[in-house]
This record gives sequence, C-alpha cells and structure tokens, in this order.
Amino acid sequence: MSTSRPLFQPAPTPPARETSTEMEGGGGQRPRTLVATDRVSKYFPVRGGWLGRSTRVLRAVDGVSLRVRRGETMGLVGESGCGKSTLGRLMLRLVEPTFGRVVFDGRDLTPLSQRELRPLRRRMQIIFQDPYSSLNPRMTVREIVGEAIRIHKLAKSRRAEEERIVSLLENVGLRADVMDRYPHEFSGGQRQRIGIARALAVEPEFIVCDEPISALDVSIQAQIVNLLVELQERLGLAYLFVSHDLKVVEHVSHRVAVMYLGKIVEQAAADDLYEHPRHPYTRALLAAAPQPDPARKRARLVLEGDVPSPIDPPPGCAFHPRCPRAVKGTCDRELPPLDEVKNGTGHKVACWNPHAD
Amino acid sequence: MADDALLRVRELVTSFRTDAGTLRAVDEVSFDVPRAATVALVGESGCGKSVTALSILRLVASPPGRIESGRVELDGRDLLGLPEREMRAVRGNDVSMIFQEPMTSLNPVYSVGWQIMEAIRLHRKKSRRDARARAVELLRLVGIPEPETNVDAYPHQLSGGQRQRVMIAMALACEPKLLLADEPTTALDVTIQAQILELLRELQQRLAMSILLITHDLGVVAENASHVVVMYAGRVVERAPVAAIFARPMHPYTRGLLESIPRVGREARAGSRRLRTIEGMVPDLRALPPGCRFADRCPMRVERCTSEEPPLDEAAPGRLSRCWRAAEVGPEPREEAS
Repeated sequence: MSTSRPLFQPAPTPPARETSTEMEGGGGQRPRTLVATDRVSKYFPVRGGWLGRSTRVLRAVDGVSLRVRRGETMGLVGESGCGKSTLGRLMLRLVEPTFGRVVFDGRDLTPLSQRELRPLRRRMQIIFQDPYSSLNPRMTVREIVGEAIRIHKLAKSRRAEEERIVSLLENVGLRADVMDRYPHEFSGGQRQRIGIARALAVEPEFIVCDEPISALDVSIQAQIVNLLVELQERLGLAYLFVSHDLKVVEHVSHRVAVMYLGKIVEQAAADDLYEHPRHPYTRALLAAAPQPDPARKRARLVLEGDVPSPIDPPPGCAFHPRCPRAVKGTCDRELPPLDEVKNGTGHKVACWNPHAD
Repeated sequence: MADDALLRVRELVTSFRTDAGTLRAVDEVSFDVPRAATVALVGESGCGKSVTALSILRLVASPPGRIESGRVELDGRDLLGLPEREMRAVRGNDVSMIFQEPMTSLNPVYSVGWQIMEAIRLHRKKSRRDARARAVELLRLVGIPEPETNVDAYPHQLSGGQRQRVMIAMALACEPKLLLADEPTTALDVTIQAQILELLRELQQRLAMSILLITHDLGVVAENASHVVVMYAGRVVERAPVAAIFARPMHPYTRGLLESIPRVGREARAGSRRLRTIEGMVPDLRALPPGCRFADRCPMRVERCTSEEPPLDEAAPGRLSRCWRAAEVGPEPREEAS
C-alpha cells in the first residue's frame, strides 16, 4: 500500500434507492457484488443434561444467502437471538461457518488460512454496539487508531502515520488534539466516533455496523447515523447495517433483509419492503414499532408469545406458532423457501401465505 | 394539570457528592401525576429522570446522594417528611416501581412465586396459602402461561419478556395507586415491548392506577402518556399535554428530540437519508453554564440565553416552557424536506 495515493478516494456513484432488481454477474451500470454468503450456516453445540453429556445444536444462522453490493447499505433487521450479529461476523470470517461459503470480491474466504486472510482483512471492518467495551481502556486514541495502520504497514514514517490519524479523526468529527486522551475521557457518541475512525484507518470497502447506535442517546444516534451516511457517500463504503430498530434501518438502507430464527424471511429494496411488506413477521415488526404521533391509531397487531428457542426450532416455518396467517398442515410441516414474489423485482419472501400487495 | 393530582412533586432537589464537588442531578423539579393517567418523564441519560423516580420513593443511595429539599405529596401526604418506618409501608404498597433490566432486579435464588408472595405478605396479613393463590392470580393477570406451574419457576427459566411480566406482577401485588416504570421496555425486543405496553395500558384501566413512565423513546410516549415532562441536565424544560407537545413543541430541546427520531413510512423516504440532529453534548453537571443549560446546543440562542437562565413559565394555557423564546419555537419543520 503506498502512502502517496490520497487517503480517501472519490466514491463510485452510490446505487439508486429505488433499484430493486437483483443483479447477477458483473459489469453493466449496476454496482457489483462485494460480499456474498452462499447458504452459510453457523451451528453451536449446546451441552446439557446429566454432566453435560447430551449435546444439542443451536442453529444461529441456517443456510443464509445474502449479498452486499459495493457502495450500498444492506439493512439486516431482527429481534435478539435471530442470528443477525452472527451473520455479520460470518461475513468477516470472525466466526467460522459450519456449512456454506463467504465470497469477498470474488474470492472464497472459507478455505483461506489466517495468514492468507490478512490482506483481505484490511478491506473489511466492523463497528460494535457498545462503545464502552470495544475500545481498550489502556490505549490512547492515537494508539487505538494507529494500531491497524502499523499492522498493515499503511504509513511509511511516523510522521505519515500521525498525519493519517489526524485526517481520520477529522473525518469522524473529532479534533486532532484528542489524540493523547484515553477512552474513559469521552462520551458514548465520541467513543463511537473513535471506533469508526479505527475502522476507517485501513481504508476498508466493507464495514459491518453491528447495532452501532443502540447504546446511544436519541440526539447522539442521529449524529452517528449522519456520519455513517456521509462517509459512505464520500468513500463508497458498503455497509451491512445490523439493527433491531426498523426506523433507523429504513433511513440508512438501500436494501433490507429481515431475519427470524437464523433464516431470512423477507428481503427487498428498502422502499418496497416498508411500503409492501409481504411476510406476516415483517408486518408485525412494523406495527410493533411505536410511532411518535399521538394522533395515530395504535396498531392492534400484537404478536403473541416469545421467539422460540433456536435449539429446537418449531418444524415447518419457524414463525408459524406466532403467525396470524398460519395454514394448518402446511406451515407447521414444510419449510417455505425464500422466493421472489414477482420475477425480476428482487423482493423475496419465505412464506406459504404471504400478504398480497 | 387538574386539582385531583395523585402525586405532586414540588421543587425537588437531589444532589450527589463527587470527587469534583457536589452536583444537582435533580434541580427544582415540579410536576403532577393525575389519577389513573400516565405521565411520561422524558430525557437523555444523565438528565435526572431516574433519580427523580428514586427520590419519590426515597431510594437514592445516601451517601453519595441526598434529597436536599422539595415536597413529594402522595394524596396530600408529604413522603419526604415521613419516618422511614412509615415510608416502608408506602413502598410496594401505595407506590411500586419496575426497572429496565428484569434479570438484575429479580433474585435468582428464589422462585418467582416466592418473590411475589414476599411482596404480598410484607404488606398484607395473609397466610402462605392465600398469598400463593394471589401470586398465581397475579401471574395470570400479567399473562404468564400456566401460572400454577410457573409460580415455582426461577427467573432464569423465563424469557426476558416473561421476567418483565413477573416484575409487573410483583409491583401490582398490593394494587398500588402509583406505578413508577423506569424504561420498562428498553431492554426488550419490539414485539415483546408492544406486548408489555399493551399489558400496562390494560392493567391501568382495570386498576385505575397512575403511571409515571420514564423513557427516552418518544414513540412510547406518544402512544402511552397523556402528559409529558421533558428534562434536560437536571431541569424540567417543558411540560405539556401529549398531543400539544407533539403538535407544537415550545422548547428547542423538545423540538430537537422530535426531529432526531427517524420515522417509518413515506415521510422517511421523502427526505434525504440524513437525520436532523442536536449538535454538541449535554453539559457537565459539575460545571454548568450561567445561562440556559441548553444554550450552547440551541439553534435559537440569543445573547440573553448565555447569561440568564429562563424560568419555567406558562408559555400557553396548560403549558410550561423554560425558554426565553418559547412562543417562537413552533412545530418541527418537517414539511421542508419534501
């Protein structure tokens, strides 16, 4: 990596928010796929019973195929335990898949050794939910942001490194004079900015944002969302934006996937998904989110029961025990495939009895 | 607010001693909670909303905390003046509280039934058997499946939503007049949050209970409260009926909060992908500015704001605002986006 080239390059044109066509292959005016999972699964063994002898399997992620294009934000929504964070980590190979492949820019990551993986690691990063526990409290901001620059040898001299750190901090809205301070001296929002600066230090193309604003106050959330959007437009970053907050996901995403118990149940262009949700679970999620409008009539669609355990998921469609539209004899027996609603729209739903348009 | 208020908080001041001096976490806070109504206490972390609730129950850890002055009247009786023994008869009986994290507020080594029975037998002369029957009845009331069996369950055997239901059952054990709900759904998933809020609304109607709902989520406020109290850096900055405050906030901070929430629906996509923000950060309570505490973040700041703190005054009939320019704040300019 040469330091002579500009730190931040101009962004490729971001994809239009309206495009909902699933693309295949390269070229054309459509942005190319940057990261793709191919029926990727992650199973965790769970010990239980007498002396932990019986082992059962928790299917955190179960056969998910998802692609993220260059410069786009893929929103990934679901409730706790649905596997959305694990899927994000699988895409970076921070978690080893049990089955399936992860392809980054045309290269299959799955068979690579840690050493072979390192040059690719530079191109993918992660931002965590909790800015309090994801920064080393004994390192200064300079060390936190500079560490990756040094590991990947992205600066020729100490001075070049320093300049780079200054530029990164400015990019995330922090002043250069905070460099020698420690994480505890900052507020939650500022710490999240440091986390973003650290992720940007290696000029990644893809960033997994794992609930990046959930731990922050409302007014600070908006600041961080805007920073992420602005950086994307400027640097052409691709995001996997993992969140339980549908409102935020709608704001930042070009496309959105909804997860339930380890599987994607619906996926579409953001507009399409929020305007015409097909899966009963997506509808329930949308109805459950409280709206800041006292005049609006409260949605009466309250889902019964809890999310079932991913250790012994219900047979058939995992959502059927809570589903108001479940069809006896079908939904409780057979697993619905994730299929396109209408050919060429890219709107996919895994449901035997989806809502009509 | 109406005269028949159940709870009257007046000029409440609670301070904390720190290494860097004493700070007032709650600074001359006043508001009412009417009977059988829900009042939302809104603000960001550190604004003093939880300390206000803890002060009402006199549960502020002392030291370092101290309730300095003010009055907390429940049915006309000043709780701050009660001897500790009488206060104990108020807690869990007339006034109950539920917390954000149900896992840490339940005792892991006792069954949920035991914990509910403890609350009942503390305040009511009941045999073990009657208390147990009441515990089962309460679990049924809050929607725990198979209450006869689950009364013997331990907290870890229940899901997060069920644990919050158990917390509510405990809080309702003696049919309190007032429930203090401190971020009761923040730790829960949206579909479970909807269930719990629905449950609270239902129980409120059935038991004619008043609720002080502490939250940072304005969506939750809009759907559940009749009145709103907005706090900023220890101060009440605005008080109003819920419809009025959403239609036309009269403090720039309230407006900023309303603007920074993303919305679901057409509106969200009509504008850009950027959200409006409140720039800057909450001031340090140990080094407060001389004027309005929101001044350095306020888009409407004038010279007077940085030198003189505005009082909490009537800005319109039935509404209070702590802003020199309250009348000019106006509705949030959302239409500009389209």
